[in-house]
Amino acid sequence: MSAGRAWPAAIGAMLLLTGGSGFAAEYVIVIDAMKFAAPPADLQAGDVIIWRNEDIFRHTATDRGGSFDIDLEPGAENRLTLETAGAFEVYCRFHPGMIVSLMVEP
Amino acid sequence: MFRILMTSAAVAFALVTPAFAQDDLTDPQIAHIAYTAGELDIAAAEQALQKSTNPVVTEFAQTMARDHRAVNEQALALVEKLGVTPEDNATSAALTKAANATLAELGGLDGEAFDAAYVVNEVTFHQTVNDALKTTLIPSADNAELQTLLEAGLTLFSEHQLHAEHLAATFQ
Repeated sequence: MSAGRAWPAAIGAMLLLTGGSGFAAEYVIVIDAMKFAAPPADLQAGDVIIWRNEDIFRHTATDRGGSFDIDLEPGAENRLTLETAGAFEVYCRFHPGMIVSLMVEP
Repeated sequence: MFRILMTSAAVAFALVTPAFAQDDLTDPQIAHIAYTAGELDIAAAEQALQKSTNPVVTEFAQTMARDHRAVNEQALALVEKLGVTPEDNATSAALTKAANATLAELGGLDGEAFDAAYVVNEVTFHQTVNDALKTTLIPSADNAELQTLLEAGLTLFSEHQLHAEHLAATFQ
C-alpha cells in the first residue's frame, strides 16, 4: 500500500493486516435512498468492501461482468474482497438505474 | 397485437389523468391517493406473478410488489404518527376504476401477449403517477414529512418507470 492513500471522509475505512503482503483497506459503501454512496477513489486488489443497505428496499450489488452478485435485504450488509484488479461496473438487479463504478488497482 | 395493447393501456390511464387536475387536495386525500396507487401496482404485480412464466417479468413483478409494500408501510406509519386518516376521493376512485379495467383486460391474455401488456401498462401507470406526484401531489402537500415521503416515492417510481421502459423495449 502506498503511503499516500487517502481515506474518503464519506466512506468508512480501516486497515487490515494481510498475510505477509502488507495492509489491505476495508471500506463501507452505503446504499440508501435508491443510491450507492460514492466509491473509494484508490481501491487496490485485496481491499475489502462492506456493502451496507440502509435503504427500506431490497437491493443488490451486482458486477455487470458476473464476478459477484450480493443480495442485500434492508438493513443487511455483506463483505466483498476485491480479489483482482480492474474496472467493475456495479448495479442493482432490482433497480438497474442504480450504478456505481469501482476502479481497482493491482 | 402489441400496438393495440399499448393504445388500450394508454387510453385507460389517460381517462384517469384529468382527475389529478382536481385542486384543493388535502393531505388526507393525498395520502390516500399515494397509498392507493401503491396497492394497485401490487395487485398488478400479483396478477403477473400468477400468469407469467417469463423470469425477467416475474422478477420485475416481485420487485414492484416488494417496493410498493415497503413504501406503503412507511406511509401507514406516517399517517399513524401524524394522526391522519387517509380520505377516499375522486382521484383514488378513478385510479382504482382504471386499474381494475386493466386487470380485467390483461386477465384475458396469456404468454408473451400478457407479458408485453403488463410491462407496457407498468410504464403508463408509473408515468401517470409520477406526473401527478410532480405536478399535483407533492406541491399540494402541506405536511413536510408527507412531502418528503412523496418525494422518496417519486425517486423510486421513476426508477420503476425506467426499468419498465427497458423491459418494454425487449418486447418490441
